[in-house]
Amino acid sequence: MAAAGALAAAAIGLVALVLGLGGVAGSAWTVVVDWLVPLGGLELTLDPLAGLFLVLVGGVALPASFYAAGSAERSARGALAYPVFVASMCVVPLAANTMTFVIAWELMSLASYFLVLHEPEERASVRAAWVYAVMTHAGLACLLAGMLLMGAWTGSLRFADWRAAAPGLGAGARGVVFVLLAAGFAGKAGVIPLHVWLPLAHPAAPSHVSALMSGVMIKLGVYGLLRAGLDWLGAGPAWWGVAVLLAGTVSSVIGVLYALVDNDLKKLLAFSSIENVGIILIGVGAGMLYHGAGLEGLALLALAAALYHTLNHATFKALLFLGAGAVVHATGTRNMEAMGGLIKRMPWTAACFLVGSAAIAALPPLNGFVSEWLTFVALLQNTRIAQPMLNLVFALGVAGLALTSGLAMACFVKAFGITFLALPRGDAAARAHEAPPAMRAAMVALAVVCVALGLGATLVVPALVTVAGALTGDRAPVAVGDWLTLGVSGGFATLSTLAIAVALGAALALPLIALRLAGAARGQRRYETWGCGRMLQTPRMECTATAFADPFRRVFGFFYRPEKRLDITFHPGARYFVQRIEYANPTRSIFDDWLYRPALDALRSVAHRARAIQSGSANVYLAYIFAALLLLLALA
Amino acid sequence: MIATLLIALGQVLVAGAGAPLLVGVVRTLKARLAGRRGPSPWQPYADLRKLLGKEPVVSTTTSWVFRATPYVLVATMLVTALVVPILVARPALGFAGNIILLMYLFMLGTFFLALAGLDSGSAFGGMGSSREVAIAALAEPTIILAVFALALRAETINLGDVVERLAREPLLAANPAHLLAFVAFFIVMLAETGRLPVDNPATHLELTMIHEAMVLEYSGRYLALVEWASAMRLFVFMTLLANLFFPWGVTSLAEPVPLLLGLLALAGKLAVLAAALAVLETTVAKLRLFRVPELLAGSFALALLSVTAVFLVP
Amino acid sequence: MRRQLRIALRTGIVTEPPPGRSDVERLGARLAGEIQRRFGRSLAIRQVDAGSCNGCELEIAGLTGPHYDLERFGLSFVASPRHADCLLVTGPVTRNMAEALRRTWEATPDPKLVIAVGDCGRDGGIFRGSYAVVGGADAVVPVDAVVPGCPPSPAAILAALLDVIGRRR
Repeated sequence: MAAAGALAAAAIGLVALVLGLGGVAGSAWTVVVDWLVPLGGLELTLDPLAGLFLVLVGGVALPASFYAAGSAERSARGALAYPVFVASMCVVPLAANTMTFVIAWELMSLASYFLVLHEPEERASVRAAWVYAVMTHAGLACLLAGMLLMGAWTGSLRFADWRAAAPGLGAGARGVVFVLLAAGFAGKAGVIPLHVWLPLAHPAAPSHVSALMSGVMIKLGVYGLLRAGLDWLGAGPAWWGVAVLLAGTVSSVIGVLYALVDNDLKKLLAFSSIENVGIILIGVGAGMLYHGAGLEGLALLALAAALYHTLNHATFKALLFLGAGAVVHATGTRNMEAMGGLIKRMPWTAACFLVGSAAIAALPPLNGFVSEWLTFVALLQNTRIAQPMLNLVFALGVAGLALTSGLAMACFVKAFGITFLALPRGDAAARAHEAPPAMRAAMVALAVVCVALGLGATLVVPALVTVAGALTGDRAPVAVGDWLTLGVSGGFATLSTLAIAVALGAALALPLIALRLAGAARGQRRYETWGCGRMLQTPRMECTATAFADPFRRVFGFFYRPEKRLDITFHPGARYFVQRIEYANPTRSIFDDWLYRPALDALRSVAHRARAIQSGSANVYLAYIFAALLLLLALA
Repeated sequence: MIATLLIALGQVLVAGAGAPLLVGVVRTLKARLAGRRGPSPWQPYADLRKLLGKEPVVSTTTSWVFRATPYVLVATMLVTALVVPILVARPALGFAGNIILLMYLFMLGTFFLALAGLDSGSAFGGMGSSREVAIAALAEPTIILAVFALALRAETINLGDVVERLAREPLLAANPAHLLAFVAFFIVMLAETGRLPVDNPATHLELTMIHEAMVLEYSGRYLALVEWASAMRLFVFMTLLANLFFPWGVTSLAEPVPLLLGLLALAGKLAVLAAALAVLETTVAKLRLFRVPELLAGSFALALLSVTAVFLVP
Repeated sequence: MRRQLRIALRTGIVTEPPPGRSDVERLGARLAGEIQRRFGRSLAIRQVDAGSCNGCELEIAGLTGPHYDLERFGLSFVASPRHADCLLVTGPVTRNMAEALRRTWEATPDPKLVIAVGDCGRDGGIFRGSYAVVGGADAVVPVDAVVPGCPPSPAAILAALLDVIGRRR
């Protein structure tokens, strides 16, 4: 039953992939079915940007569905929700009017709610689903408000009509609509501080669903921001781009800071998604600012960088989540402190996870490096806009991006190193088994795509520049080099991942050959790790995940506000002897402490006072009805 | 075509063969400043040769990542030798990358070395890994801002173009923005190559080690490769400092006489930098580990000042 | 910083000339030619304290100072036995350190040398026969040379090292 659902989703994904590739290549069509959806009918339009996001949905849904078909995390409740989830994600980029969009969006949220809630007996799961439902519907409220306002002011609910009528609206009106739409889409994308649902929902869902949610669903929030910021409302004033760029910078740095100190493997990946969405938004914000300043070449470069990172993140995050799923399935836990040594028991999973970690840490010549390089190159040319305040914002973006990429490397050294290397830290890890063939095939396919997207950058970037051009309305071709080298902005910077990859390959072989020729001693002897002559060498002497993140906890202590919990149990007979020591060093989330808890408390106290209205007496209720009647008669 | 290949080979030879000499020279100078005769500057070559003849002992805890890391380190360093302007402004792979690529190639080496440190399953290795990645992560913003400062003046981040454009301005040595960027980059070099005051390369106390702690488990030919890669890292960083900020002597022609002059100029600049490094390491004490972020924040502030100075002093 | 630099430049080099022949006792049948070929120009030493009174350690520590300066001969001290070619064992091997010494020896890559320093290293010295002592270093690991003395002076230790690796002065 669940397998049927997975196969249906795979079929939908394949169709989406094909349609999407057609859309990117330039085919455009429209489908209108008036009676299917109220208030405007079902209207689907394919254009290059929609095509790109369809490719994203299909490209991730295929391996994820194969993984699901081969995995044992099956439940009947997910069997229907999963194909509905994939199908609704395909409809969202294609939607051409408000009702289609909102209905597809809501279906996507509901389906994913059921998928997140796949373990209803667990309290944590229920809470995760609840927070997710609340945040996504708060976002929906903002979206509806924005879209209906726009519909009221332009007189139509179709996006094409908004495009035409937007220049006629006042700056204030467009600003209000932009803020509402941006808030709704940013909440879905997981931008700080609207991110609280992400680290709860993504770990709770089964891994193939987490891969889709992290790889694709949050990108639909980015899709919406792209449409709202550049398409539906026309080119906006500079403060839109500044807001997006700063939100992206803050999101990326804070996301990776939280990822560094987390010991739950899937939560670490969820925070890392927040970080990468921040990087994408830095590119989007830069694109919006360049577009507003009239620098079309740079705008296309920045947007192409953002779209490339969207593609790349979908690939490597899906790969990492599938790998994490295999690990969780094999060891039965998500806690990294109980893992270790898995590289010897799960070699395929480990190799794929290593490729994913290297890709997300932006190491050459893989795909993550190319998109971050493009983003840097786009940001570094900001002096072409001769406004010091904007230059300062760009400089902040550059510094933030650099810090993020360094911290992301550290984060994934931790994720891969603690989970897979050295000795198993627990019995479950010591008994782990390799993932079944379907799961392995899905991971290997995604790893191959990561490498291909990195080496084939010279083929991908021109396509993305075309897509970005269709979005901003600028169809003048921008030269981006030849088949070997990416060259941007007339000689500002060049990059050739193919040449670097070949050079690295040759340079890897060189020492091997040279050592052989120089007659170096061959072979090796195996012995235990050097432990200073200690008698007992146990896995307890390895580096723990908490210890690995300790330098960061100290350096960024002002942000994490760690609390130290030390619990010492003394021997009942004499207080000089210690029986047990328990040490924990959890970090506190400043968003929970300063934003959400006060807001929820205020809401609760207002609701408490409002209870006074419900007195329970029928006479008072009759009086309410009478008063309301008088008021309506007076107004009419 | 042939000339390009020969120059590429020449750059790899200069970097590969010259790196142990650079490390040896710094060691000898430090010893002389401490009142000792010290080892000969050619000592690292003897050390590497001896290590190649030893049979490595590999821990049973480790996996293929541990054994592959020395080769990855050497590979990344050899590729950087093809991208960095050592003898000529536009080496063979100059078209393939720029300073940002170099930054990430160094990170590739750090990534694998940190994994190797964790792979051994010892407390020292993991401690070294966590410290090393923390310092590498905190040095990133400074590098990118220093790159930004250079890019502002040269309007490009391609190394060859930067070198050629800066070589046309003889008075740039006195430009405050340039000097600030140089100092910031120098501090980052200390952090990335593991020299005092960030990390003591000659320490024997495991609790004070950062880079050394990750290589405690290596022996034989693996240790030789790791030490060689680490020497090349120092060489490439110093060459970047020398040829990017003071590009006199770096030629754009592929003829023997300019190349020889370029090599001599590089040797001279590296000698000055090596002497400065030796004096610094002799007179400055190692910083406590959690003071290092303050040092890196200071270098970030210098880089930021350098960027603003480019706007103020054209 | 300037003051230190001034002192360094004013003091100059204080290294003494190398010591003469040593009275190292050579054991084992290792070929002198092979040792010189491998380690004549570079020897990494890991010092192991197998229960010594630290008298020998103080003398060995003097070797790294400016007066004796063993680095000028290509000798150096290393922290990990994986990096070492030669184990410098001091002290009578006590029962508690016997296993640790054996593990250190196993952790050192081949080919390797073991040099026992001091009378304790040779046969237990003044602690010979004690209930806490296993015997000299050769009770636990194969020893290639012994430097006699209680404790031997730094010059004697340096001379012995140079003779073992066959290095010309």
